[in-house]
Amino acid sequence: MPNSRFAEIFKIVTADRAELLSDWLETQKAAGVRRPDLFSDAELTAQLGQFLDGLTAALADASEEPGGDLRDEEWAPLRDALLDILRERSERGAGLAELMRFVQTLSNPLAARLTEEVADRPELLSGELLKINRLLNTCATYAGTHLLDERDEIIERQRDEMRELSTPVVQLWERVLTIPLIGTLDSARAQEVMENLLNAIVEHRAEVVIIDITGVRVVDTQVGQHLLRTASAVRLMGGEAIISGISPKIAQTMVELGVDVGEVTTRPTIRSALAEAFRKVGFQIVRGEASQRG
Amino acid sequence: MADTISIYLVEQVLLVTIPDNITDTEIVDLLENLSERIVGEAARGVVIDIASLEIVDTFVGRVLAQLSSVAGMLGARTYVVGMRPAVAMTLVELDMDLPGCRMALSLTQALRELRRDGLA
Repeated sequence: MPNSRFAEIFKIVTADRAELLSDWLETQKAAGVRRPDLFSDAELTAQLGQFLDGLTAALADASEEPGGDLRDEEWAPLRDALLDILRERSERGAGLAELMRFVQTLSNPLAARLTEEVADRPELLSGELLKINRLLNTCATYAGTHLLDERDEIIERQRDEMRELSTPVVQLWERVLTIPLIGTLDSARAQEVMENLLNAIVEHRAEVVIIDITGVRVVDTQVGQHLLRTASAVRLMGGEAIISGISPKIAQTMVELGVDVGEVTTRPTIRSALAEAFRKVGFQIVRGEASQRG
Repeated sequence: MADTISIYLVEQVLLVTIPDNITDTEIVDLLENLSERIVGEAARGVVIDIASLEIVDTFVGRVLAQLSSVAGMLGARTYVVGMRPAVAMTLVELDMDLPGCRMALSLTQALRELRRDGLA
C-alpha cells in the first residue's frame, strides 16, 4: 500500500500507465528528444516503460521525498531504472541536455493526468504538482551529475594513459636509444621526457639518443629551448643527442626564431639520424649478398 | 696533505674520483695538485669521476670547467664521467652546461676514446 505522501501520483502511474506512456511518447516527439536516428520507437517505449516501472516501484515504498542523489534505499528501483536508461542512451551517443530533458518531458503528461484526477479537490493540485516537479528535477539532476562524473573519470583515465604513452624510450640498437615525441611539448612534458631519457641512458649505457620530433605539432621558441636543454643534459651525462624529424619548415622557423642549435646534431629524418648514430657507435650497415644480386 | 683527493696514474691517464663530501677548499686544492701531476707525469688524458656527487653547484661546476681548460693547456684531454641524471637536469636548469668539458658515460667509454685518439 503506497504511503499517503505520493498516493495521488502513485494512483496515476498505476491506473493510467498506458495513457501516460503514450502521452509521454508524444511529448518527447514534440520536444525533439526522440532521436529516431539512435532509437526505434519500440526501444524508446521500452525505456519509458522501464522508467515508469521504476517510478511506480519506488513510489509504492517511498515515505519521503528523494534526496538530491536518489541514494535512499526506498528510491533504489527508480535509481536503477534511470541508470540503465542513462547507460543505454549515452552509449548510443545521446547528449547531456537530451538525457536531462528525457526525464523532464514526463512532467507535462503527468501534470495533465493529475489535474483531471484531482479536479474535485483543487486544494491538492498545487502541492501535487510541486511534488512532481521536484521529483523529476531530482531525477534530471541525478542523471546530469552521474553522466558528468562518469565523463570526468574517463578523462582522468585517458590523461594518465596518454602521459604514460607519450614518453616511451626505445632501444634501437646496442647503445642507441630513441624517444619519438608526439603531440605538444610543454614544460611539464619536457621535464618528463628529459627524466625518462636520462634514466634510460644510465640503464642501457646508451651513447647516442635520437630525439625524434616528426610527430610534434608545433615547434616554437619554447619547444626549441626544451629540446636543446634535453640535448645538453644528455651531453652532460656523456651521451650524444641527435634531433631528428626536422622538416624544412621547422628548420626555417627555428632559424627565423633565432634558435641556435649549437653543436647539437640535427637530421631531417629518423633514418638519416640512425645512420649517423651507427657511425658514431662504430657500426656499419652492409648490403647482404642476396639483395646485391637483385 | 693527507686529506687531498687521490689521483691515480693508469697508463698515461690520470684518474680522479671526487668523493661525495668534498669541500670547496679540497676541490680548489685538486685544481693545483692535478695540474702539477699532469706536467710531472706527462699525462695526455685526465678522467674525473663524479658518479658519487649528488649535488653539483655552480662553484663545483665552474671548477670542473677550469680543470678541463687548465689540463687542455697542459696538453691533456679531460673527461668528466658518471654524472647522475638528477645532476644533469639541475645543471641545465641553471644554464650551466659545461661547454668546455668533454663528458662520458663511464670510465670505460672515456678510456676507449682516449685510446682511439692515441692519448692512452
